[in-house]
Amino acid sequence: MKPHRQKRLGIVLFIAVSLSLAIGLTLFALSQNIDLFYTPTQVAQGEVAAGQRIRIGGMVKEGSLYSADDSLMVQFATTDYVNDVMIHYEGILPDLFREGQGIVVEGSVDAAGVFRASRVLAKHDENYMSQEVKAALDAAGASATNHPLTSQPES
Amino acid sequence: MIPELGQFSLILALCLSILLGTLPVIGAQRNNVLWMSLARPLSAGIFVFLGISISILAYAFATDDFSVRIVAAQSNSLLPMHFKLTALWGGHEGSFLLWTFMLSGWMLAVSIYSKNMPVEFVARVLGVLGFLCIGYIFFMLATSNPFDRIVPLPPADGADLNTALQDFAFIVHPPTLYMGYVGFSVVFAFAIAALLSGRLDAAWARWSRPWANVAWAILTIGVALGSWWAYYELGWGGWWGWDPVENPPLITWLFGTALIHSLAVTEKRGVFKSWTVLLAILAFSGSLLGTFITRSGLLTSVHAFASDPSRGFFILGILGLTVGGALLLYAFRAPLMKSEFGFDVVSREIFILINNVILVVAAASIFLGTIFPMVYQALTNDLISIGPPYFNAIFVPLMILLVLFLGVGPLSRWKRTSTAYLLQQLTRVAGASLVIGVILPLIILLEFSFAATVSVALAAWIVLSMGKDLMNKTANKATRSKGLRSLSLSYYGMQTAHLGIAVMLIGIGLTSYFSSERSVVLGPGQSIDLGDYEFTFISSSAVRGPNFIADEAEITVHKAGVEIEVLRPQRRVYLATGTPSTEMAIDSGFLRDLFITLGEEKTGGAWSMTIYVKPFIRWVWLGALFMALGGMVAAGDKRYRRLLRRRQTERMAANTSGAVPLIS
Repeated sequence: MKPHRQKRLGIVLFIAVSLSLAIGLTLFALSQNIDLFYTPTQVAQGEVAAGQRIRIGGMVKEGSLYSADDSLMVQFATTDYVNDVMIHYEGILPDLFREGQGIVVEGSVDAAGVFRASRVLAKHDENYMSQEVKAALDAAGASATNHPLTSQPES
Repeated sequence: MIPELGQFSLILALCLSILLGTLPVIGAQRNNVLWMSLARPLSAGIFVFLGISISILAYAFATDDFSVRIVAAQSNSLLPMHFKLTALWGGHEGSFLLWTFMLSGWMLAVSIYSKNMPVEFVARVLGVLGFLCIGYIFFMLATSNPFDRIVPLPPADGADLNTALQDFAFIVHPPTLYMGYVGFSVVFAFAIAALLSGRLDAAWARWSRPWANVAWAILTIGVALGSWWAYYELGWGGWWGWDPVENPPLITWLFGTALIHSLAVTEKRGVFKSWTVLLAILAFSGSLLGTFITRSGLLTSVHAFASDPSRGFFILGILGLTVGGALLLYAFRAPLMKSEFGFDVVSREIFILINNVILVVAAASIFLGTIFPMVYQALTNDLISIGPPYFNAIFVPLMILLVLFLGVGPLSRWKRTSTAYLLQQLTRVAGASLVIGVILPLIILLEFSFAATVSVALAAWIVLSMGKDLMNKTANKATRSKGLRSLSLSYYGMQTAHLGIAVMLIGIGLTSYFSSERSVVLGPGQSIDLGDYEFTFISSSAVRGPNFIADEAEITVHKAGVEIEVLRPQRRVYLATGTPSTEMAIDSGFLRDLFITLGEEKTGGAWSMTIYVKPFIRWVWLGALFMALGGMVAAGDKRYRRLLRRRQTERMAANTSGAVPLIS
């Protein structure tokens, strides 16, 4: 092989090796940080291992919100109108959090089987329903058009 | 009637764009001077008609014309006038019109500040931009007409502007971000024009550089404004959330940063040509990708517009057509992009190449994390999300590496630098940086933290190596001040932007690791300590604003027994929609922010609230300001203007071009 070819081969090999290394590391980091999404029914049926960080999408069940008077502890149920999951959260709920409103919670099930949320997300646009919530309702068979909160005229 | 005139004007702009996208480009291929010279007047025409169009829409907002659908959806008669006007870009249709109008503004600027370029080059650049205009305006007319009416019965009042948007930052953030975004279309058009003509030389790089610098500087401000807004409006105390819609501007910014460095090498040394062109295409794709992600409704985010899949497909079509076409042209022209000179393994070229590789890898991994949930969903139908830990794990080490090279790059020489020289220059600088990194955080914060040490040491590394470079550059002059005056504006621009990185590093490092927060329930008269501060809840009262009512809490802050500030966070309810919204109270300072968000009322007049103390948070945005300033200063270098004047005199002597007087 001619010297300049050899040099070029070296460069190509160097790029190939470092590229695959970079992609490998990136994919590893990616796989460590995927938050899977579950519906309330899936959680209620015990499909989620304790300690695994997940997201749940659903509606806040009417009449389920309880907030402690001397601390920031709140409890509420999130539902897909088939099953409910009780959520424990310590902190201030987002502005648009309301009973009957679609939300997404992020957290994990602890050893006692209680879901502890680290983050509660509510949409800023009231007409808009996040995909997660919609998917949960669809999965549970609650038709998107039957429920007033799920109809979403474009705004 | 008046809104229809707006739509008519939009259609006229489309017609002019079709002319601009075709005639001058064909003219340039066939050497038809008349067709080429149409480029400038057509660009001005598009600017005028889009200007009329957006003014008419603004007028509809100002006069509460609720028969226009987006006015009814995004405005309300109670809204203060400055929000009525800016409600224009509070939704998909209006903001896209703003986006297109910004593009026409850039086109006008190109047609005015291009007197130093050959007429066929200008024709091609404006032609490519006109082609983009066709896509954008057609998209508007076909899927998202801002002038749609509600017939026959318009509502009596509008549904109101999203309450989260009723804020000063909403007035400045979207226009700035769009202007920066769209600015990269100009650099893209320059690259395509160069590919079309087959002339990829130092002149092309020199013409592109000021545009790239300005677009980059504006984008920097736009991203920083977004971060600042998220910080004080969303109320979670952070300034960057790796939200899928925050990411595309950052991806574009990273490509843009790589581009302005690579352009420098192409101009000065005639190498990296194909790479520079590729970066110009990538930066432009980043900006279109941002539009696609926000407007397609593919993901859940605070930014997402109410969505419609047909828009997503349409934008994907524009993206595929322009980027695909550009890459195809790139592939055909690749043999033309030969480097004119070689360089050694240790040289400034190599350091800039390393900078570019790191920036592109960072951008690519953010892209992967952003797009992965969508791809995953398309393949498996399962919904997932990628959390901030992924982005931090990749981005932070890469940036540390980048900053290490940043210290070396400016000191190295073009073509060849000896390793011994670099070692001799930088060993003491490195030692001093380490010492400062260990000692400074200890003095300021009385606490040792590895992260703070790393960020302060890196900042010191930037500043000290910069100082060293300044000393070297001025050493041979009679006096220091004479030496400083002899340095070019682009040199000062570079150093200012690099200084911005140092400032931002200190901000990020210290605020990430020394911030404290507490969520508490406080009754009237109760107080709580956080850091050096004592927060006392005095009382709450009801207040009324122009279009909202609110509960306002009064909280005094004491430091060492002295009252320093009274903070008044609010919990608002907007009257038009009944939407609640928390309004933080922030006491901002050079060295720290104090920040309170109000939760809900408990029994006995007590309130839940979250209190934050965030040291050095302002430095994050101060750093961005320095970077933007650096970009602007560099774009103002004499080199670009001198050339312009010389060409102008040449042109006056030759008196060839007939189209110029129409605009100038």
